[in-house]
Amino acid sequence: MMAVDLRSLEVPPESAEGTPTRVATIRRIVQETPDTFTYWMTFRDPVDRATYRFAPGQLNMLYLFGVGEIPISVASDPELPARIAHTIRSTGRVTDAFRLLKPGDQVGVRGPFGRPWPLREARGGDLMIVAGGLGLAPLRSAIYQAIRHRGQFRRLMVLVGARGPEHMLYRQELDMWNQWMQFRGVETYLTVDVADDQWPYDEGVVTTLFPKVRVDPEWTTAFVCGPEIMMHFALRGLRDMEFPMDQVWVSMERNMQCAIRVCGHCQFGPKFVCADGPVFRYDEVADLMEVHEL
Amino acid sequence: MRYLDREAFGKLVDALAGAGYDLIGPTVRDGAIVLDHIDGAEDLPSGVGEEQGPGTYRLTSRDDDMVFSWAHGPDAGKRFLFPAREVLCTAKRNDGQLTVECRPGDERPFAFVGLRSCDLHAIAVQDRVFLDADPHYARRRERALFIGVNCAVPGGTCFCTSMGTGPKCTIGFDLALTELPGGFVVEVSSPRGEQMIEVVRSREATEEEVRAAQAVTTEAEGQMGRSLDVADMPELLYRNREHPRWKDVAARCLACGNCTSACPTCFCHDIVEGMSITGDTATRTREWASCFSEEFSHIVGMEIRKSRESRYRQWLTHKFASWIDQFGTSGCVGCGRCITWCPVGIDVTEEITAIRATDGEVEVAEEVMAS
Repeated sequence: MMAVDLRSLEVPPESAEGTPTRVATIRRIVQETPDTFTYWMTFRDPVDRATYRFAPGQLNMLYLFGVGEIPISVASDPELPARIAHTIRSTGRVTDAFRLLKPGDQVGVRGPFGRPWPLREARGGDLMIVAGGLGLAPLRSAIYQAIRHRGQFRRLMVLVGARGPEHMLYRQELDMWNQWMQFRGVETYLTVDVADDQWPYDEGVVTTLFPKVRVDPEWTTAFVCGPEIMMHFALRGLRDMEFPMDQVWVSMERNMQCAIRVCGHCQFGPKFVCADGPVFRYDEVADLMEVHEL
Repeated sequence: MRYLDREAFGKLVDALAGAGYDLIGPTVRDGAIVLDHIDGAEDLPSGVGEEQGPGTYRLTSRDDDMVFSWAHGPDAGKRFLFPAREVLCTAKRNDGQLTVECRPGDERPFAFVGLRSCDLHAIAVQDRVFLDADPHYARRRERALFIGVNCAVPGGTCFCTSMGTGPKCTIGFDLALTELPGGFVVEVSSPRGEQMIEVVRSREATEEEVRAAQAVTTEAEGQMGRSLDVADMPELLYRNREHPRWKDVAARCLACGNCTSACPTCFCHDIVEGMSITGDTATRTREWASCFSEEFSHIVGMEIRKSRESRYRQWLTHKFASWIDQFGTSGCVGCGRCITWCPVGIDVTEEITAIRATDGEVEVAEEVMAS
């Protein structure tokens, strides 16, 4: 009667380890603004260096030993994935701890996660990139990819706004891209809310650039990223210019703790921003964006 | 269908414990029938019933020795398969070299005894969230044994028939019992179930016993304490995001998070980093979180869901509507625990019914009302 061994019902153990954490070494730290720094890093393991890939707009979960993980988009050229950059503004417990890092220190990297900027959608037409403040960080990788494949687009327009000249990220590159107009056809339009005497570009919020660009909405794909208030006015501006909603793409921000759609924090209506986004086509989220406190 | 007498059932439960399973079953403690680690059949309830209503739970005594003649206590399988606190990863730093390990532990496998159909459905709902994403959950889930019980006495807050999740066990069990006065009619639904029942003396159930078992289910279906019309979900809640009922319920809701703790499907959690006192080992711990807390939606410089009405709307809309888009199933299994264990007795069936009754109503801005 008791011949059956209940222990034999055991299922053999799984070896799955979830999403792996790769270890990266900080190589260079660049101060962008008074509170924002770009951390350049390379993977410690040669296999990771050889195999890691990401697409523009995707994010990594960066891990600081004993401090925690935070979602940060990759800000470097996707075609040089062996050396990646993350631009981080110190605003909280984990991001503040990043300021203590020095070259040679190690961090954990899980990723990449999320849906990238769809450069493919813009092919054959014009691409307009609209960034506000720190919103330029997730777009920098898209700009690099667009420059690399410049021939696939007609016009390439980069519109950047910031509170003031000292808050403009990647200032040297922006000046450089601006000078490239003659031979690479990258149109840059820069503006700050409040200028100083040294500022050679425009003054005013980013939407004030729209009339200058003389864009052809029917032929243009727009990528938009910035603080909530900037997105609100930029999207309104694009609607006023009669941009087709399915040619406008936005990157959203939400609390994220897992990046694999299980922690629940990044929900935006039915969307998980970490996996369904962070990049959304505007018509997918336009109604949700109208709902207060969603 | 097999038949186990009471003694053989007790022996089966004891045999699972003897074989090294971590036995999880109902037991009476602190004035409730809780689900907990038990040593054997003698820890199971006997002759105990319960009364449930909005914000109310009371044990009652029965004049028989039935084991499962009650609906369910505050907890379900979630507490074991997805524990409230769990270390997911351990990181070490030696001479500046960082290592991160996230392997699941090697705990004893669970054998669940007495889960109800709603609880088994709730596990199937959490499977869709965790099974492919989380090796810790997956390992526990795949190793566990499940002895379900077809409900005989639904509670005053139950509405599983409305959600299509009970009262008869239809998925997720190895054995399902229907309790009759002298023993149990047993449905065997897996190879593991077949092996389990081999361990003790059982016989083919008689036609009469099978009919009696069916009658238990049929009678239970007619005794649901609540009902809910879930037609037109998810759209009903999507188109009523500005409904005045959210403000109304927010005025009653304490945002205590009891509903999210008692809910057998709520899966939201925080990831918390901890550090050993020696400073060389750090742990990444998962802790249940509630969308009713203000910090749940924190981003730089703000909380997205600052008002209580926005948090209640998030919970209810997620549970009954957006869950369908996310996971292809409702997040509600109709167990009614959120109603029973709400300290102010907020009733989800009443809230949804109220929204449906005034579908499309929009909150009128206060300035307009004042004029």
